[in-house]
Order: sequence, then C-alpha cells, then structure tokens
Amino acid sequence: MITAPDYRLQRNPFGRLELTTADGETHVDVVPVRAFPISAPDDGIALVDPDGHELAWIERLSELPDDLRKLLESELASREFIPEIKRLISVSSYATPSTWEVETDRNTTRFVLKGEEDIRRLDAPALLIADSHGMHFLIRDRYALDTHSRRLLDRFL
Amino acid sequence: MTSATYLPPSQGAAFAATADQTPSALPAGWSGRAQAQLAADEAVLAWLEIDLDASLHFAASLILVTDKRLLTLSSGDADAQGWPYQPGLSLSRSDHAGVGTLELCATDARLAHWHYTLAVDVAAGRLIDHFARQLDFTLTGTVPPAPTQRLCASCETPLLAGQEQCPVCSKEIHQPPSTWTLLRLGRFARPYRGQLLAGFTLSLLSTAATLVPPYLTMPLMDKVLIPYQNGQMIDPGLVALYLSGLLGAALFAWILGWARTYILALVSERIGADLRTATYEHLMTLSQEYFGGKRTGDLMARIGSETDRINVFLSLHLLDFATDVLMIVMTTVILMSIDVRLALVTLLPLPIIAWLIHIVRERLRTGFERVDRVWAEVTNVLADTIPGIRVVKAFAQEARETSRFRAANAHNLEVNDRVNKIWSLFSPTVTLLTEIGLLIVWAFGIWQIASDHISVGVLTAFLAYISRFYLRLDSMSRIVSVTQKAAAGAKRIFDILDHVSSVPEPNTPLHLPKVSGRIELRGVGFRYGTRSVTRDISIAIAPGEMVGLVGHSGSGKSTLVNLICRFYDVSEGAILIDGVDIRSLPVAEYRKHIGLVLQEPFLFFGTIADNIAYGKPEATRAEIVTAARAAHAHEFILRLPHGYDSLVGERGQALSGGERQRISIARALLIDPPILILDEATSSVDTTTEKEIQKALDNLVRGRTTIAIAHRLSTLRDADRLVVLDRGSVVEEGSHEQLMACEGHYYRLYQAQARNVDQEDSLRSLDLARVSDGERQ
Repeated sequence: MITAPDYRLQRNPFGRLELTTADGETHVDVVPVRAFPISAPDDGIALVDPDGHELAWIERLSELPDDLRKLLESELASREFIPEIKRLISVSSYATPSTWEVETDRNTTRFVLKGEEDIRRLDAPALLIADSHGMHFLIRDRYALDTHSRRLLDRFL
Repeated sequence: MTSATYLPPSQGAAFAATADQTPSALPAGWSGRAQAQLAADEAVLAWLEIDLDASLHFAASLILVTDKRLLTLSSGDADAQGWPYQPGLSLSRSDHAGVGTLELCATDARLAHWHYTLAVDVAAGRLIDHFARQLDFTLTGTVPPAPTQRLCASCETPLLAGQEQCPVCSKEIHQPPSTWTLLRLGRFARPYRGQLLAGFTLSLLSTAATLVPPYLTMPLMDKVLIPYQNGQMIDPGLVALYLSGLLGAALFAWILGWARTYILALVSERIGADLRTATYEHLMTLSQEYFGGKRTGDLMARIGSETDRINVFLSLHLLDFATDVLMIVMTTVILMSIDVRLALVTLLPLPIIAWLIHIVRERLRTGFERVDRVWAEVTNVLADTIPGIRVVKAFAQEARETSRFRAANAHNLEVNDRVNKIWSLFSPTVTLLTEIGLLIVWAFGIWQIASDHISVGVLTAFLAYISRFYLRLDSMSRIVSVTQKAAAGAKRIFDILDHVSSVPEPNTPLHLPKVSGRIELRGVGFRYGTRSVTRDISIAIAPGEMVGLVGHSGSGKSTLVNLICRFYDVSEGAILIDGVDIRSLPVAEYRKHIGLVLQEPFLFFGTIADNIAYGKPEATRAEIVTAARAAHAHEFILRLPHGYDSLVGERGQALSGGERQRISIARALLIDPPILILDEATSSVDTTTEKEIQKALDNLVRGRTTIAIAHRLSTLRDADRLVVLDRGSVVEEGSHEQLMACEGHYYRLYQAQARNVDQEDSLRSLDLARVSDGERQ
C-alpha cells in the first residue's frame, strides 16, 4: 500500500534535504536514519533534524511514493558506508595487525585489522569487522563465502 | 577571476616557499594525467588522493590545489574538473559513519562534493588549509601568516615542544608480529645469565651421564654374556665393574638432572614473574582509551595465563628440547664412533620420521589456536555476566545466560572435537613409525652380524640408544606447537608492552611545581573512532573560577572533562594550564593538580582511612580526619562500628551512595588540588542526600578552579559561569541570569527541569517519610 505522506521533502541547491511539514514549517539539513541498518535496512527509517529530533517516521521504504523513495534512497546511499565483504583475496599474516585485501560490493580495497577483537559477531552468521580507522566492513554470511575466504577468515575467529 | 586578483606565478611560488610546505611529488599513477591538465605556469600547492567515488565505491581520484584553482581528476572518466578561485568559495569537510565528505560551496549552491575514508581525513584538513590560504591570497593579495607551531612532516599534526616523534604517526605501526617474538623474552632473561649458563652446563653433563648405560651394554654383552653362552665362565669382577658403572652413571644423572631442573625452573619462574609485573606496570600507564576498547576478561587472561604459559614453555618444553638436541648430537657421535655404516642406517629414517611428525603437528597447531580463541570466548561470557548479575536476576534471564554459556561451551567442544580427531591419531602414528625404524635397525643389524661386520653387543647398544631416541622424537616434535603457542602468548603480552599510550609522556617534560589553576581550551576537538564527539571548543577559565558545564547527555560534557584530566588526548587544538600545553607535562605530575569527584565513587577494598588517603598515602591521621570533617563525612564514619578502621567492600557496598560520595570528596580534599572536577557528583543520590553532599562540596570548591558537570541545574547555582554544550560544541556561555534572559538553549533546559522539580519535591516528601520510618539499612 502506497500512501502519500503529509510532508514534503526536497533537495536544496546545497545538496541538503529540506522537509516541509503539513503546517508549513520548513526544516533544513534533514537526515534519513535507518533504525536497523544491518538486520532490517528497509524497515523503520526516521527523518531527523540536525539536532537529532525525529520529524517523521517511515515504517517501510517500499510504502513511499516513487519520487520520495528515490530521493531518500539516493541520500541514504551517499551517507551509508558499510562495505560488504564478498571475498577475501589475501591477508598479510595470520597474526594481527594484518593487512587484508578484500573484494567488497564497493570494489576491491585493503585495510588493516588491528586485532582479532575487532571482528565482532553479530547475529550468526554475520560478522562486523572494524579496521584501524574504525571503518566497518560487513560479512553478511560467513558460511556463504568461498572456501579460500573461509579458510583465511577461520584463522582469525 | 579578475586581473586584480590574479596571482603572478612567481609570487605563487614565493608563497608556497614562505609557507615552507612544498608539496611532495604526486603519486605515481597520477603525475602524467595531472601534468596534462595543468597550464604551463600553474604550480601545484597541495594534493589529496581520495579513495571513494560519488556512489561510495572504492575508487581513487585526485584533488589538486594549484595557485589558480581547485582541480579534480577521477580514475573513471577522463574529464578533469576545475574551479578557479573566486569570492565566496569555501571548502569544508564533515564526516559521518566513517565517511568524510569534502564540499566545495559557492554562496548560493554547492558546486561539488567528494567522499573519502577517514584514513585521509588529516590530509583533507591540510588540503582545506592550503585552499583557504591560497584563496585568501588570490583575493586579497596578502600573504597569510605561516603556521606558528611546528608540524609533523608527514601528517601535519602540531608537535609540542620537546616532541621529536609525531604521536599520531608513531601510533600507526601496522606490522604483523614476527615469529621471533620469543627472542624478545631475552630482555627478561638477561638478569639471570649466570643461572642459565649453570643450568645449561648441568644439562650437558646430565645428558652425557644418561648416555653411559647403553654404552656399557656393549661390553656386558660381548665380554660377559656371549662368552658365557660359548662356554666360558663369568668373571664376577668384570660384571661388578660394569654394573657399578651403570649404577654410578644413573646416580650421577639423577643428581645432575635434579640440579638442572631446579635451577632452570627457578629462573623461568622469575622470568615469568618479571614479565607479569612489567606487563601490569605498563598496563597501568596506558590511557583510558585502551581500557575502553578491551574486555576485562581478555586483559586478565593475558596477564595471568599467558605469562604462565610462557613460563611453562621456558621451564619445561624449551629445556626438554635443548636436552633432546644435546642427546641426539652426542648419540650420533657415539654411534659414529662405534660403527659408521650401522650408524648411518640407524639415523637415516630419523629425518623422515621427524618430518612426518612435524606435518601432523602443523595440522594440530591451527586447531589449537582455534581452541585458544574459543576458550577466550567462554571466559568472556563469564566476565560479561558475573558483574551484571543483578540485571540478569532482575529480568529473570538466568536461563538465557546459561544457554549463552552453553552455546559458547558447545562451540568449545565442537572445536576441541575436531582437533582431537587428528590428535588421537597422533600418538599411535608415532609409535608405528618408531617400530618401523627399529625394524630397519634390527634387519640391517642381523645382516651385519651374519656377515661378521659387527658383534651382538654393538647391535644391542645401538638398539638401546635408538629406542631412547625415538621416544624423544615425539616430545621433540611437540616443540613446534608449544613454541608457536608460547610465541602467540608472548605476542599477546608484547601487544600490551608495545602499546604506546595514546596519552604519551613528553620527551622533554616541563615541570609546573605550582599551578594557579588557569585553564584554557583552544579549538579543542575530539574524535572517538569514526565519531567526532566534540569540535572546536574554546573556553578560558580563570584561577578560582567555578564553571558549570550544562547540556543534554551526549553533548560532550564528560568527554571534555576526560580531555582536561588527560584521560584522552585531544584530536585537534590544545588544552593549556597556566599557559602550558598539558601534553608537555608529565602525566602523573599533571594529574596530581586535579581532584576528581565522579558520579559513581569507587572505593577500594580496605579501611575508610585508606580510601580517604588514596591519593596521598603518607597523610597523617589528623589530616584524614580534617578532610573527612570538611567533607561532612566525619560523623557518619564515627557511627560505624570500627570508625575510620571500618573495612569497606569491593565497591563500598556497606555504605549508602551519599556516604560513599562524601568519602570520595574527602579523598579529593586531602590532596588539596588547585583544580577540581565534579563529574555529576550528586546525580546518583536523592535530593536530600544531595543537600548534604552539596555542603561538603562547598568546602571543597572554595578557592579552587572548579569545573562541574551536573544534570540537575540547581546544583550549579554557585557557578560563576555556565557553559552550555550541545552536540559537541559550545552554544551559550554566561551566568544563570544572562542565559535565562536570552531564552536560548539553557532557558529551555531549565524550563524542562523546573517542571520535573515539582514532581521531585512530592517524591522527596515521600522519601523523608520513609527515612523517618527508619527503613534505611
């Protein structure tokens, strides 16, 4: 079911989102925030103002009219950054700190894993890996990786 | 761009030179393409290689600041884009969730934006500086002042007086540990050189002694038993000689072995103890940041069991291995001296068997590593739940925690099962290989005897030697895995020892024997991981002034206090005390000037007097009592059965929150610090207790520079000035009246609380009623 919301959302010349509520009030610098970025990315999206106050709540992204959904998706795409590791190409050593070369859904990259404790177990079988700069890489299903990747990864778990 | 603002190239070069920041050469892949884009007289002032594209995929592009414009090259399409300097341009950076964004804006719209990962964040800041300076120069023609501070050559972090190495760069050493980590234990072995040498000599002698008995079997066989079988009488003297030789060698080996094991165990125990103390000592110097990122269980395991493992490795495995190697060398020499051909045949299968054993061991090693990690997981569950047991019980989640433990344990079992599959195969395999080896010696020996090359005695001696030999092969092969384990343990220990405190001690420290209490924050920013917590905070606090920090939770108040205490170091800007950067003072000396009263006062196990004197163990009893009096703690302490000698538990559980807080105030009063920090000192108690604590605090605050954080704004009524923080920045500053008058942030906070206070008052009357009922423990 697609319902038109009672607010308007548009992008201003500075590339920021502007939200106009039903009573005509305009908020600049509105930011969409996913409530469950990993477990349910498309459910529960809040539009918050720069002070972090919630202005609107979107139950499901798919329930929005097309143009609004596209606008939000593009904004989310430019803000979200959890590269998903598809394949481990190589690791510099089995002892940390170790430099990993990985293939992600956002091209190939390398990062430094500071310690085994930076690999966090989410709800199985997902893993979240923090690199030396605090950037997060996601492995959605570690059992779905190819054998080579799994063997490399296993040495760190 | 008009001709009036045009920058002649010579001047551009001059500016770059005065700033003393000639850019380093462009990265290899780019210089060709960049040169193609640049005009003949255009000079590159700074560049930045960014690693993300517009859709946040990993892809390199280059941003150049030249003396004429900002220029970008991306790896994908060949088009370069440039923006000449013009009035109203601004370049800024921001970051969110690990992605930095660089935005180029004109007055009316955003012209372009780029993304990068935080790895190049510092470089991005530098690029913005260059851009802003060049823009300013192009528009106004005045040369901007060169940076006054000395900067790190590679990342341009400001360096302090006396700092040779940049604290940011030197932190980023990402080398994997070498397999020679164990050699680093040598540092701890050096004090025990003498004992180690003695131990080694004893090993040599005792090994030699154990090799005598097999040698004596040879004459026993050839000169006593075989002649007897051939009809000769046994010579009792000869037998007695050989047998006493056997006994003597055994006794000698026994005594030497005992002395050797004792000395070496003694030494390794001491090395282990030294290692443990050194690690703990170093751990104490590490910053709050380090403790925040580690689990208690893990740190405890490292200091406890890892040092123990290294200890066992040194005293047992390494010792055994050294003995075995000695034995092999000596045996080889002996065998060779008896009969070269038989010796060769005997020793030939040895390397093959050793190699086979090694392969199986290698397999086992990975398994054992995994077992280790799984074991840490099990301990972590314990470390998580036991301190939180009240919450577990309150929500009746015992079953869930049990199942969590069971799951960790099941995982442990599963991994162990897998390892055991190979492990159980191991011993029988070694035995089989040993038997095969002996078989070869038997076969060749019999053939040699048959062709009269050797005597029966020689074969017996060989068999006696070689069976000892094979027995040791198994334990020798174990050395690979125990070495690996010990190396892993040593690595984990040295991880702690090598960790440079993120709050480093200055190389050439300044000393401030007396502090007046003037604190100045200059453009302070702090980043925790990818999240920037505070930015650009500038506050000046006069000696003796009381400043209240106000704001919602998460507005950065506690971070600011942590920065002032130097539990963390600022990411940007500087904190100065009496005009001196706190990073150039020795950490411990600096903290002596600060008294800290926290929301949750921590009392160590010991007497109340000990706890009050924690910061000044040499304090006299009179001083302790004076401090307790001033903190309004004296009277309730006297009511306790043992007065000042009463023991308080791990967290002072026998005392109420207000009582514990007053003890911690007395603790701060006793060290008489010029600077006082109250971090929500009255938040965890009810309003009645708050009043008592407040009276104690009034004594404490007098005459000191005080920084107070309080959630309840009423607590800050005495503050000379209030600083209102919101989302990591200062939004308002002034006295209560001024801030109320301007009806901003503070006004709203105050209004919101005033409404709650009405409710609190009614709650308090309830509280009082309960107190009079004597319901307090």
